[in-house]
Amino acid sequence: MLRIDGLSHRYGEHAVLDDMTLEVAEGELVSIVGPSGCGKSTLLRCIAGLISPTSGRVTLDGTPVDGVPDGLAVVFQDYSRSLLPWLTVRDNVALPLRRRGKSKAERRAAADEALASVGLPDAGRKYPWQLSGGMQQRVSIARALAYRPSLLLMDEPFGSVDAQTREDLEDLVLRVHRTGGMTILLVTHDIDESVYVGDRVVVLGRNPGHIRAEIDVTLPPERDQIATRADAEFVRLRAEVGRLVRGAASGPVAA
Amino acid sequence: MTALSAPRAMPSRLLRALLDRWLVLVVLVAAWEAAARSAGDVYFPPPSTIAERMRRLWFSGPASHLFLTGEATGNILPSLGRMAVALAISAAAGVALGMALGRSPRAHAYLNPVFEFARSIPPPTLVPLLMALFTLGTPMQIASIVLSALWPVLINTADGARTVDEQQIQTARVFRLTAAQRLRLVIFPAALPKIFAGLRLSLSLSLILMVFAELLPGTDNGIGFELTDAQSRSDLPTVWAVIVLLGILGYLLNAALTALERRVLAWHFAARRLPG
Repeated sequence: MLRIDGLSHRYGEHAVLDDMTLEVAEGELVSIVGPSGCGKSTLLRCIAGLISPTSGRVTLDGTPVDGVPDGLAVVFQDYSRSLLPWLTVRDNVALPLRRRGKSKAERRAAADEALASVGLPDAGRKYPWQLSGGMQQRVSIARALAYRPSLLLMDEPFGSVDAQTREDLEDLVLRVHRTGGMTILLVTHDIDESVYVGDRVVVLGRNPGHIRAEIDVTLPPERDQIATRADAEFVRLRAEVGRLVRGAASGPVAA
Repeated sequence: MTALSAPRAMPSRLLRALLDRWLVLVVLVAAWEAAARSAGDVYFPPPSTIAERMRRLWFSGPASHLFLTGEATGNILPSLGRMAVALAISAAAGVALGMALGRSPRAHAYLNPVFEFARSIPPPTLVPLLMALFTLGTPMQIASIVLSALWPVLINTADGARTVDEQQIQTARVFRLTAAQRLRLVIFPAALPKIFAGLRLSLSLSLILMVFAELLPGTDNGIGFELTDAQSRSDLPTVWAVIVLLGILGYLLNAALTALERRVLAWHFAARRLPG
């Protein structure tokens, strides 16, 4: 279980996050949505232990986060810079397993399994730059899955792929969540996406970043790109989230 | 391109590329030959005389020695050997120090002025010091090559290691790679393109310094020694033969390094869509 307690962060004089408190239950998929400049990425980096917050704390399974915790994986938005161009797709996916002292054969098998689970069973011997953007993002998801994290953080993972690919990847995340049972925190600026994939949507406001609202997504767990988006409850939820995000965007702008 | 000419396109294009590449050289050599013959100056023998001298000096040996003469194995091979050892030392030390310098802001702050100072000293001025520090002969020759060839690798490696993409570093941190794994799997490969740029400079410097080092006292073989020896005997065709040999060696060594770079950095050229 993930707990965020009174988390604040500032870069010099500039406050980025202000007194955030949030709890995420084991196995939950929480979308974090907000206008640009609401500190979404900073929040994610605090949770990942990549930066230490100015005050407050993050606790993962009862242990305070200080440095990158074990069992945590991140899918970054910029897949082309986060996959290493000198390693094959398989070696990229197997990269995080090196720390766990597995044999080469075990690492390969785990990588191939993860690649198959994201629909890329034959891409292992290729290089990342030989794949399309959507396929590269699948590889980063496979890399995170091969690591078998208990908490998966996704930082605007579908921000730079086309609409069709985006829908495919959203469904992939839902499937991974259902079968893997891990806790997922997905940061996005897309209102529809936050409702479509989330069990719960956390709306952030900006200047400085704070939690504006938490909305339970009262949709059945099985989602479908066409049917779910036409569902009256979905339409109601996205309107509500949309109003909150727009309100957050037009809110007071600090000097 | 019309369908009729298509089958012949490949060989003719290849021929054209070869011609384009070598035509300038062929014309220059021919002009040199004509000018040298008409001038008849002993200081400027025609290329044909130089080529004949090269053949007699170095390449008229027995087939069992790959046609190399004793003169060739006794001079060219020791020179190349010294150069290879010196370049290997420069590369190993340059990469190791450069990685440390590039990844540690503190090491960079402390050591960069020292390195900038050291690399601006012309190596010949260090000869008296080197003569005191090292045994005359090969150790001193290698030391003077290293003192020059080290810097390009070191400074380029440091630059490459310092400018690794922050996203790649964060990826390594998120997946909790050990410091050694981070260095070997992320930072070193990321810095490789710049390391090769440094190696290329070091290679040409080490060829120059190799000849220079063989002009120093305590030398009794090597290409540089052959040059000074021929000079003292006023044997101009041999002087010219050595100069041409050095040009050819420089060209071949650079071509070999470029081929290695294309192989090792295939991902780099392909990922950046540069001509590989």
